Amino acid sequence: METREKYEVVIGLEVHAQLKTKSKIFAPDGTEFGNEQNTQISPITLGMPGVLPVLNKRVVDMAILTGLALDSTIPSRCKFDRKQYFYPDLPKGYQISQYDEPICVGGHLDIAGKRIGITRAHLEEDAGKLVHAGSNGISGSNYSLVDLNRAGTPLLEIVSEPDMRSSDEAKAYVEELRNILRYIGVCDGNLEEGSLRCDANISVMLKGATEFGTRAEIKNVNSFRSLQRAIEYEIERQIELVEEGERVVQETRLWDDNLGETRSMRGKEDAHDYRYFPEPDLMPLEISQEWIDTIKATMPELPAAKRARYMSLGLNEYDAGIIVEQMELALFFDKIIELGANVKTSINFLMGEIAAYLKDEKLGISETKLTPENLVELVNLIEKGTISNNIGKQIIFTMLKDGTNASQIVEKQGLSQISDEGALKEIVQKIVSSNPEQVNAYKSGKIQLFGFFVGQVMKESKGRANPKTVNELLKEMLD
Amino acid sequence: MKEILKKSASEQRKALLNKEISAVELSQAAFDRIDEVESKIEAFNCLTKNTAMETAKKVDEKIAKGEELPLLAGIPLALKDNMNLIGYPTTASSKILENFVSPYNATITEKLLNNLVPIVGKANLDEFAMGSSTENSAFKKTRNPWDLNKVPGGSSGGSAASVAACEVTLSLGSDTGGSIRLPGSFCGIIGMKPTYGRVSRYGLIAFASSLDQIGPFSRCVKDAAMLLEVISGVDLKDSTSLDVPVEKYSTLLENNIKGIKIGVIKELMGEGVSVDVQKAMQNAIDTYKTLGAEIQEISLPYLKHSIGVYYIIATAEASSNLARFDGVKYGYRTKDARSLIDMYTKTRAEGFGPEVKRRIMLGTYALSSGYYDAYYKKAQQLRALIKSDFDKAFEKVDLLLSPTCPNTAFEFGSKTEDPLAMYLTDIATISANLVGIPGISVPAGFDTSGMPIGLQILAPQLQEAKLFNASYKFEQANDFCYKLANL
Repeated sequence: METREKYEVVIGLEVHAQLKTKSKIFAPDGTEFGNEQNTQISPITLGMPGVLPVLNKRVVDMAILTGLALDSTIPSRCKFDRKQYFYPDLPKGYQISQYDEPICVGGHLDIAGKRIGITRAHLEEDAGKLVHAGSNGISGSNYSLVDLNRAGTPLLEIVSEPDMRSSDEAKAYVEELRNILRYIGVCDGNLEEGSLRCDANISVMLKGATEFGTRAEIKNVNSFRSLQRAIEYEIERQIELVEEGERVVQETRLWDDNLGETRSMRGKEDAHDYRYFPEPDLMPLEISQEWIDTIKATMPELPAAKRARYMSLGLNEYDAGIIVEQMELALFFDKIIELGANVKTSINFLMGEIAAYLKDEKLGISETKLTPENLVELVNLIEKGTISNNIGKQIIFTMLKDGTNASQIVEKQGLSQISDEGALKEIVQKIVSSNPEQVNAYKSGKIQLFGFFVGQVMKESKGRANPKTVNELLKEMLD
Repeated sequence: MKEILKKSASEQRKALLNKEISAVELSQAAFDRIDEVESKIEAFNCLTKNTAMETAKKVDEKIAKGEELPLLAGIPLALKDNMNLIGYPTTASSKILENFVSPYNATITEKLLNNLVPIVGKANLDEFAMGSSTENSAFKKTRNPWDLNKVPGGSSGGSAASVAACEVTLSLGSDTGGSIRLPGSFCGIIGMKPTYGRVSRYGLIAFASSLDQIGPFSRCVKDAAMLLEVISGVDLKDSTSLDVPVEKYSTLLENNIKGIKIGVIKELMGEGVSVDVQKAMQNAIDTYKTLGAEIQEISLPYLKHSIGVYYIIATAEASSNLARFDGVKYGYRTKDARSLIDMYTKTRAEGFGPEVKRRIMLGTYALSSGYYDAYYKKAQQLRALIKSDFDKAFEKVDLLLSPTCPNTAFEFGSKTEDPLAMYLTDIATISANLVGIPGISVPAGFDTSGMPIGLQILAPQLQEAKLFNASYKFEQANDFCYKLANL
């Protein structure tokens, strides 16, 4: 640990976000995930002799929206280039990408009070997928199969400045970026399915040093957990090297989640010469201010603004953060606010019983039968005193499961709160007279037994007794 | 050979409409002619008789019903074998695509089919359109109908020879540095390269994307004008196609050209141009003077760099465009590979011919890290200067004129050992591709050994109408234009 304290860690991230367009970036094929292999492959996707790319305008819309959300500049002109290398998942032998004139320039993103710079974001096409028989990689396998469904899916590669100083910051950055991408509807941000992929550039230097150390690029990180583990592993590896007087090599390293280590993929010496040159099949892309303004007008509330608004409604920072992190839940919550329900009672349900249920059942809120309207009705029944909070906590599970509304359940099961003093007095009288021992003990000073009486009354009333009235009546009768 | 095959497309159309011949008979006549002379000419990589006869039948049905007939309906046509026609092989005359069958149609193919033009076959070319003699084909040696010992020019040699030999009335070629105009000139027919972006490239196997353009071959100017009308226009599948209306070129041919200003390109008239070609050029100048044109000499100082610039840009783009032929998805794959890299290298070593390999290596080198600025970038800068030369020239004149080639067709094998000498064949044609302007080669007479000479006319961007107009007037004023090769 002491050794580690001597070092400063420098992290920059390259995030590849699959844009959620219906069709591919340069071809009309669909982009759905998980379809049967090689069913989304027009001659264009296959790189058949003679085909040409045509830019999907929706891709540009989404890139502009992302740029605006990250406070980037959208230059009036950008262009596409060919990045050339041979691999069986790359049908044309080159990837259409953007080299020196990307669609988004500059920008930033804030995490917990710290501002992380964005260098650029550029558009490119995704490659296909390979499946190797008898091995993890192409070398050593008996044969490899190519699935080109994914080839040509639009990607926005968002490159950060090397502004992060810990794996926690890196994780927070990716989480916040993912939130933004999901809120603006351009990417579903699923690391496991690969719709969001992350490469980390990591280096270490002695604290106070002015020059960054040599960096390694870590690929193949496909969950938040493995992102943090990979970064931590790499930091330790590099510090160890430096401590032993060795040098960190500039290279690409692959994270192995099973072994929990990174290993060298290729060094700088045998790095590809990608021979970038301007894509002659596509005209440079001109983006007018008008186009940008049209997109700007569609910008929804971003996560940071949402969090601030929730806190202004009385939520604490933690709750606001948790809700915003789950977009579905936040949109659900927004609807509840809009319908005018009590915020505190609503949030108690959302953070309590509902959250627990979702966690147990591994569901999203939209996968349950609960509607915002039904929850609001329930909250209002509690606020009006028609039912107790406890009853509310019981019936919410029924509502989640089968979608019935609260008033139906209350009526059907006779759950409405008993606030009528006459009726409650009867129950209280019954409890007091059937527990003479406890009454004596209480009266001789064991006042903590008061809770016992309340519990018995609630039990006898099947939870319907108004706790406030019960308290009053018990006090009257016992004291 | 049926006499009708020697006629122009408009005459054949008249015969179809007058029911002197049916479209099926006309296409059959073309196939009979191919049977008769193909062993000498070897213009075709494959015949597409099913599609041709099917289309011809549709034409006859339309005629029988008295329905309106598209402009070139029923006129037999050949496609260069680098254009996709669904269900038939598209080989680019390369071993690497020998067994490749097109799964889709090129945009020009769609247009031809919609216009009921019978597609008779796929014509031979230099492998991937790289060459000036069609000697680089992996499959066969197409011969010049005027002298079977000589090359037809390239790279669209099969397309040109098939028209010159009356196997078809029309054909399409592609022109990256002169690949339509040069064989047009060598074979004594019209060969025309349109403005870059005038014709969709979708479905044309790319050689150099920023230079390639599809264009017509025919035996007279009007036919070429009609064919360009049919195949031109913006295409949503080609982002580089131009969204500009297509003029009715074939109806504007009779316009008076009195007072038109024609510049003679100084750099292409002197040294290196054969005496016979010089004489033909003088005749062309005199013809235009007689027609009332004003002639002046125009100098294009950067033109001398065009070959160098071309062989960097074209090869750079080609090295990239040909990367997809890797043995993974379609086409040739080596039988004997021990690893992925082994499969790539052997497939490409065995599948590509020597000229294609040479150009891939040149282009790869020009784009390599550390050399990009010195070669590719510098070439693009020079390309802009060449373009400004032409822009300035077209401020002074309406059209530019030069020989299509300093010499006439040469004998087989005479330049194959010297790539640079072969490259110089394109000295007059290359700049039009670098600049993106339209150009045409029109028959301009014969040399002392009876080989055709071509006159090249160049026009500013999208001035195809003017180009056809001036070509037509020249053709009308000279009787050598309609001469046919004796086979």
